[in-house]
Amino acid sequence: MPPSEAAGAIEVPADEPALAARIAAAARSGEPLAVWGNRTKERLGRPVQAAAAISTRALVGITLYSPAELVISARAGTPVAEIEAALAAKGQHLVAEPPDLSALCGPEHGAADGPPTIGGAVACNLSGPRRIALGAMRDQVLGLRAVNGAGEIISSGGRVLKNVTGLDLCKFLAGSRGTLAVLTEVTLKVLPAPEATATLVLRGLDAAAGVSALAAGLGSPFGVTGAAFLPAEAAARVPCLGAGGSATILRVEEFAEFVPYRTERLAALVGVHGAASVIDDANSRVLWRAVRDATPLGVTPEEGVWRLSVRPSRGPGALAALAAAGLRGFLDWGGGLLWAAGPATESAHRAVMAAASASGGVFWMVRAPASLRAALPVVPPEAPALARLTRRVKAAFDPKGILGPGRLYAGI
Amino acid sequence: MLAMPEPKPEILARREEIVAALSARVGPANIISETLRLKAYETDGFTAYRRVPLAVVLPETTEQVAAVLKYCHEQGIRVVPRAAGTSLSGGALPLEDAVVIGISRMNRILEIDLADRLARVEAGVTNIAITRAVEGEGFFYAPDPSSQLACMIAGNVAMNSGGAHCLKYGVTANNLLGVTMVTVEGEVITLGGAHLDAAGYDWLGLVTGSEGQLGIITEVTVRILRAAEGARAMLVGFAATDVAAAAVADIIASGIIPVALEFMDRPCIHACEAFAHAGYPLEAEALLIIEVEGSKPEQDALLARLAAIVERHAPTTLRIAQTAEESAAIWKGRKGAFGAVGRISPDYLCMDGTIPPGRLPEAMRRIAALSAQYGLQVANVFHAGDGNLHPLIMFDANDPESFSRAEALGAEILRLCVELGGCLSGEHGVGVEKRDLMTTQFRPADLDQQRRIKTAFDPGWILNPHKVFPLVDA
Repeated sequence: MPPSEAAGAIEVPADEPALAARIAAAARSGEPLAVWGNRTKERLGRPVQAAAAISTRALVGITLYSPAELVISARAGTPVAEIEAALAAKGQHLVAEPPDLSALCGPEHGAADGPPTIGGAVACNLSGPRRIALGAMRDQVLGLRAVNGAGEIISSGGRVLKNVTGLDLCKFLAGSRGTLAVLTEVTLKVLPAPEATATLVLRGLDAAAGVSALAAGLGSPFGVTGAAFLPAEAAARVPCLGAGGSATILRVEEFAEFVPYRTERLAALVGVHGAASVIDDANSRVLWRAVRDATPLGVTPEEGVWRLSVRPSRGPGALAALAAAGLRGFLDWGGGLLWAAGPATESAHRAVMAAASASGGVFWMVRAPASLRAALPVVPPEAPALARLTRRVKAAFDPKGILGPGRLYAGI
Repeated sequence: MLAMPEPKPEILARREEIVAALSARVGPANIISETLRLKAYETDGFTAYRRVPLAVVLPETTEQVAAVLKYCHEQGIRVVPRAAGTSLSGGALPLEDAVVIGISRMNRILEIDLADRLARVEAGVTNIAITRAVEGEGFFYAPDPSSQLACMIAGNVAMNSGGAHCLKYGVTANNLLGVTMVTVEGEVITLGGAHLDAAGYDWLGLVTGSEGQLGIITEVTVRILRAAEGARAMLVGFAATDVAAAAVADIIASGIIPVALEFMDRPCIHACEAFAHAGYPLEAEALLIIEVEGSKPEQDALLARLAAIVERHAPTTLRIAQTAEESAAIWKGRKGAFGAVGRISPDYLCMDGTIPPGRLPEAMRRIAALSAQYGLQVANVFHAGDGNLHPLIMFDANDPESFSRAEALGAEILRLCVELGGCLSGEHGVGVEKRDLMTTQFRPADLDQQRRIKTAFDPGWILNPHKVFPLVDA
């Protein structure tokens, strides 16, 4: 029988003590648990073989928000949108602009249980276009509370911007997908939201020229906070771009009075690659949201989706290698992030693994049928010395191996 | 005084044999075993504590580091990693029965790639050397601890070093792409690389700031950034600390994130002025140095907005630099602050707690009260935007009673930081200095979790022992 992610009802502990008690009971009986928020990223990872599942979705609410200290705390099940709204009311935003991947990797059968949660965004360390300039989701995590695999409540970090006291579990648990501890509350650094956004567009470049223009922008003093290359078919799927060949796009986010100067200087800088046009504030916001959520991929329901992080200058080569394998894609992060879609087959996945490795980078299988996710590595296998550490550190958090077994690596 | 472990007699007795074995692994030119030369390694930037190590090895390659660690692991010999030895928390303090592994001879810049905005360097390259290697092209390496002329990148990674510009550019962890690390078992592992983010577990995030507890870093890849078109500072004096704190809150709430936002109190202003003659206002109770970046018109616009904000708080002084030279003059006093305090007091302890910036007025009042209670002068200089305090406690090292009072006052200040919602260390690390205070910030379950991770990396606890984790039930 293929492993199933929808085996039985999901238990929803009402609060942190209840969650801790449930995990402690599971640890005593050695019963594996699948760990979810609202399951909007259920397919991002290997299928978990667990008869029982728990969700943090009842742990909701913003517990601290101090705009003048650039800090917000919320329980793990709080919808990202609720946090974004609270921040917007004070003119601030989430620095890493986490993507909403509900449409890409929600449950294989049926619907998600709600919108993306902040716990899920941190536990998957997913970051949007601004990552290239201002850091990943994990870089914004100042503190957290979690329940480890023994059912103990642990905390790390705090609510201050600078903190080097003790081992930093915040970054290590960010991206660990609930396999080490279940996040119950996170504290994030936030920043003032920029007054205005504008996007510089160059049309018709090939990928190498596009990435070279992005590197020029990112290597300039003009504060580029988004740098993406959309091949023609991807650009055509974004309304404010449309037909007209590939789009090389550079984002500036600043005080409104600074934007004209910055876009002019950037246009001059990349002028060697062709004439640039400027997309206004409203359309820029729509455009970068699309890039953030990978909608320019135009994924059909049966297709597989991958995400690769590579050395930026190797992005065009990786894109070409994947095209030769029948996959299409686009580049963000100045060429360093490659989103790819195509047939959900083993050969396509092997091409992704090879491209990531050849480009000095890593990959995530974002979406594929459960059988494929169970059979093939969903992230790069670790070298033997590191794999040994992984087993020991996993046991240091989760001695009975009950939290999301196999979610990241088979047998762990 | 902090307790340090008794050396293991069986290790001390084997000294000659151990030195010979180490020498075979790194070559006779890369080992120090004569008492006189070992004395140079007896302490670090936290000079109150000194221990002459068993031996010092200065490997030239990752493979040599691996060979030494493998040997020490097999033999149960304690190891103290060391970079430049500038730690202010005793992070590189040796032990009598420990081998110091110094990476200072691994100091080559291996690769600079401006298009991919990265530098790959050996672990003993100094912080400033990275910026020096790329500044001709307009780039820089962002974290800028005040020891940046001397401190080495491996130490920066181990302590997750910060600096004056963290508010905008982040600390070491936020500017790191990859490291090569040798485990205690002598295995060489690569974490991260030339790409962003880990697909699996974020080992790079765990290792950064782990204070030599998990392994020894031998190679580092950092992000380099293009410098802004220019920067300019303003200096603002206030009649009261509370008023300065309120101005800081208003600045952050306005949507402007200055590249630096530094605070000094009256004792510090006076010490710096006497030392640097920077033209600081001696009548002010508090002073802010605010720096912005951008083109000249952008600087003008930002400084005008900031001036409007601080003017609502009735500043006693408001000086806006018009040129780079005037900016440098404003910074001159601040950059010499530690030296300036050293001039008026024979010795001082530099504290490093962080508080939520909103608690600043209360923190200042209570530090002043503690200072009076202990009869020791305290000068405060800190990074106001991120709440990272550096109270400088003045004492006389020739008077043991004065030193123990200074230590006790420092501990009180750090406990206060935790009580106010902050932490023991913003950028200097725990080391030995704050080791025994860890239980004020962490509950037993939190510390036990950290200890289990340490054990997973270093089952025999031979790496940088008796630091970070409190000795009680260790």
